Amino acid sequence: MLHFEDFLPGRSYPLAEKQVTAEEIVEFASEFDPQPMHLSEEAGKASILGGLSASGWHTSSMFMRMMFDGWLSNSSSEGSPGIEFMEWKKPVLAGDTLSGRSTVIESRALRSRPGIGMVEFLHEVENQRGEIVMRGENPIMMRFRNVEENAA
Amino acid sequence: MRLFELSPPGKKVITGTLVFTAEDIVRYARKYDPQPFHVDAEAAKNYVFGGLCASGWHTCAGWMKTYIAYWQKEVARLEGEGLVAPKLGPSAGFKKLQWLRPVYAGDSVTYSVELVETRPLMSRAGTFINMTVCDGVNQNGETVMRYEGTVLEFA
Repeated sequence: MLHFEDFLPGRSYPLAEKQVTAEEIVEFASEFDPQPMHLSEEAGKASILGGLSASGWHTSSMFMRMMFDGWLSNSSSEGSPGIEFMEWKKPVLAGDTLSGRSTVIESRALRSRPGIGMVEFLHEVENQRGEIVMRGENPIMMRFRNVEENAA
Repeated sequence: MRLFELSPPGKKVITGTLVFTAEDIVRYARKYDPQPFHVDAEAAKNYVFGGLCASGWHTCAGWMKTYIAYWQKEVARLEGEGLVAPKLGPSAGFKKLQWLRPVYAGDSVTYSVELVETRPLMSRAGTFINMTVCDGVNQNGETVMRYEGTVLEFA
């Protein structure tokens, strides 16, 4: 399992691949973001997004799952206090295949929480054409493998 | 009508309240964020958050849900008065998203949006970009999330 000590700057961890289906786009949008371009192909084509497209929050949610399946589930994550920025750079359309990576920018121990450190990541999600559709940076809390060493 | 005419900078608009039931928290998290503290109340006790709590992305999606409900009513209201509602488009993202406190099972979050500024988009004539501050406050008056959003507007 990956712990705080493993996340050295520059190290990169692949996200799991994700097939984006029309059904899932519509299901997410129906509950959280029922705008026409997220609900039907026709309305999507008529919008500047160019087709049935995922809500940005759906893209972020899919990224979260891709990260969980890709590497986070094999880590000592304790969750995150937020996101520095997230860009929805291109539409995510039904039929797209997403992939990507999380890259460590920096890390530091937390004085307020012994045994836990903060790791800052750059996350990039791209489609089957290699176009970046989403990027963002965020800190994730990670437990140390060896708490005694950290405390010493 | 432009958004700033409807909702001038600095005016906070309450968009709605969402109750986060344990069932909803787990249902969302099983699909998108199955970390133990979002899917298992027992396991959650052993983590920093200390109890079953909503994925931060679920809290954000809740903001969008109340916003769209608010906006659809607002558009209908304006049309009923013979006015043309602002034509809002997609968002290019957000920044400074803070999950300030966990949203635990049973919490209710009241969301709001506030326009900060609007400016023309240089790359696309007749299009404006609006900067907003969005937040969610729980039943104890504690802010649980906040972010700076953007939304396009077509003149």
